[in-house]
Amino acid sequence: MIERRPILDFVAHATLILGVAVVAFPVYLTLVASTQSAQEIAQSRPLSMWPGSHFFETYRLALFGGETSAGSTLPAGGPMLLVSLISALIIAIGKIAISLLSAFAIVYFRFPLRNLVFWMIFVTLMLPVEVRIGPTYEVVSNLGMLNSYAGLTVPLIASATATFLFRQFFLTVPDELVEAARVDGAGPMRFFWDVLLPMSATSIAALFVIQFIYGWNQYLWPLLVTTDESMYPIVLGIKRLIAGEAYTEWNVVMATAMLAMIPPALVVILMQKWFVKGLVDTEK
Amino acid sequence: MATLTLRNVTKQYHQGKQSLQVIHGVNATVHDGEFVVIVGPSGCGKSTLLRMVAGLEDITGGDILIGERVVNTLEPAERDIAMVFQNYALYPHMSVFDNMAYGLKIQKLPKDEIRARVEKAAGILELMPLLERKPRQLSGGQRQRVAMGRAIVRQPQVFLFDEPLSNLDAKLRAQTRLEIQKLHRELGITSLFVTHDQVEAMTLAQRMIVMNGGRMEQFDTPEEVYNRPASTFVASFIGSPPMNLLKAAPGLAAGRIVGIRPEHIDLTPGSGWRLQADTVELLGAERLVHARLGSELLTLRLDESVPAPRAGETFEATPRAERLHHFDADTGLRLQA
Repeated sequence: MIERRPILDFVAHATLILGVAVVAFPVYLTLVASTQSAQEIAQSRPLSMWPGSHFFETYRLALFGGETSAGSTLPAGGPMLLVSLISALIIAIGKIAISLLSAFAIVYFRFPLRNLVFWMIFVTLMLPVEVRIGPTYEVVSNLGMLNSYAGLTVPLIASATATFLFRQFFLTVPDELVEAARVDGAGPMRFFWDVLLPMSATSIAALFVIQFIYGWNQYLWPLLVTTDESMYPIVLGIKRLIAGEAYTEWNVVMATAMLAMIPPALVVILMQKWFVKGLVDTEK
Repeated sequence: MATLTLRNVTKQYHQGKQSLQVIHGVNATVHDGEFVVIVGPSGCGKSTLLRMVAGLEDITGGDILIGERVVNTLEPAERDIAMVFQNYALYPHMSVFDNMAYGLKIQKLPKDEIRARVEKAAGILELMPLLERKPRQLSGGQRQRVAMGRAIVRQPQVFLFDEPLSNLDAKLRAQTRLEIQKLHRELGITSLFVTHDQVEAMTLAQRMIVMNGGRMEQFDTPEEVYNRPASTFVASFIGSPPMNLLKAAPGLAAGRIVGIRPEHIDLTPGSGWRLQADTVELLGAERLVHARLGSELLTLRLDESVPAPRAGETFEATPRAERLHHFDADTGLRLQA
């Protein structure tokens, strides 16, 4: 579709700009608010659109916690960021590892009930954490995994989406390549490691981005399985700041929100090239 | 290097209660250092047979021997073979060097040995400047050479080729054919080469196996296959245009089929056949005349210097008696004259 019509151009651009504004404005507002003091936010109606002068102060509070000017004590956000980072990484890497292996098994090995197994995995798409949250909590708590990284991540690792995606990719790998590897003397795991894995690199990158963000954004599950403050992920931390019994330090909330947005944004920006390639590339 | 022996090899596919036999008892011996081509129409089982030798397909019955060793149940890598695939099957993420070296790395050869072997093969195949490239940066012909290189570095006892030229354009195919011949002369490794192209088969083979419907119709030198086809199938499959096979011709006994190649009919009047020309095609150095003998259709190949009959004309022609082939009409097998 190559059409040169000024009006069409104008409409298209206007739509895009409007879309960006709708998405970007709240982020901007968050950023602005995080640079003002709590009083400024509380007193100005409406909120000032210009950055304030309390940037370092607010972010120090958000990262390391401490006494606020109003006298309440805030928990440190830094450790929570770390918890989030570690669990998101475990979830993303774990999902990819398990999905790669199960897709490998389903595509390349002939075992009884292979199709049934595949469909069973596929059907779990209908059972996200939210649906099975009761029984899963029961299991995790009986296994003593509350307040641990295992409890935060393991129940989220199994992934039908990723398995399905890798299965589709493996099905496009020519059979002759498998045979060439057999003639070369590569056993199944060797073939997986030396041939299949490097060939899936772009798909892995794309999935990593998606799954990292999925792991980072978890809220409901950590809310259930963590009671110890040292195991709170950052998303939970934000909520806790707002729910505080004293009056809410909105500037710190906003700063924490900004901090929580940075790692996923970084992952997307840094892996964008691979991400796009992984989703659109068909070249083998 | 080794002799490759097939002893009554059969292959059956089972699907539920149904079974389909695709290879019917093939017996063949490929001598040490010989280049044998398996040729046949698609679906005749030639690729299956090759894959059975490679170990990529199970064999249902019989024995396959490489040298003195029965290899029926060995993994492909243990059979001491190397295979060139139709689509080359290069590892797309590895450089040319790594593609060729991969099998050797798995065999855990020392690094300098690997490098020496790969560089030697690359030298033979003129791949030296391309060693660091990835397969997608290569042309079809170069990829094909890398696939051959990967086979050469293994220094196997038997080379297996599965239609390696069918993805090349006509010019490159002819050139590569010559290269394969040269390579075989230099390395002298026992080779089994599958193709559906009779020109490839005729030019490359020291001996050729003609297959049809999972059966070996003939196993002989190209000259013998061309001059003394063992059956009507071989007669019609090898040669272009194919041999004329006539069920009814003057002086032919009942229950027989007589065969005559298009180039073995002369336009001499007298004792010959009365033909009616249907169409005449000029191919440059020669003409093809499609004609009718009673109810039978036949083709003549005439030198351009011979004045050709025109379409619709009736003319007389004589088959060269010593070039007639006789086949049994029921079995299609050659009758010794």
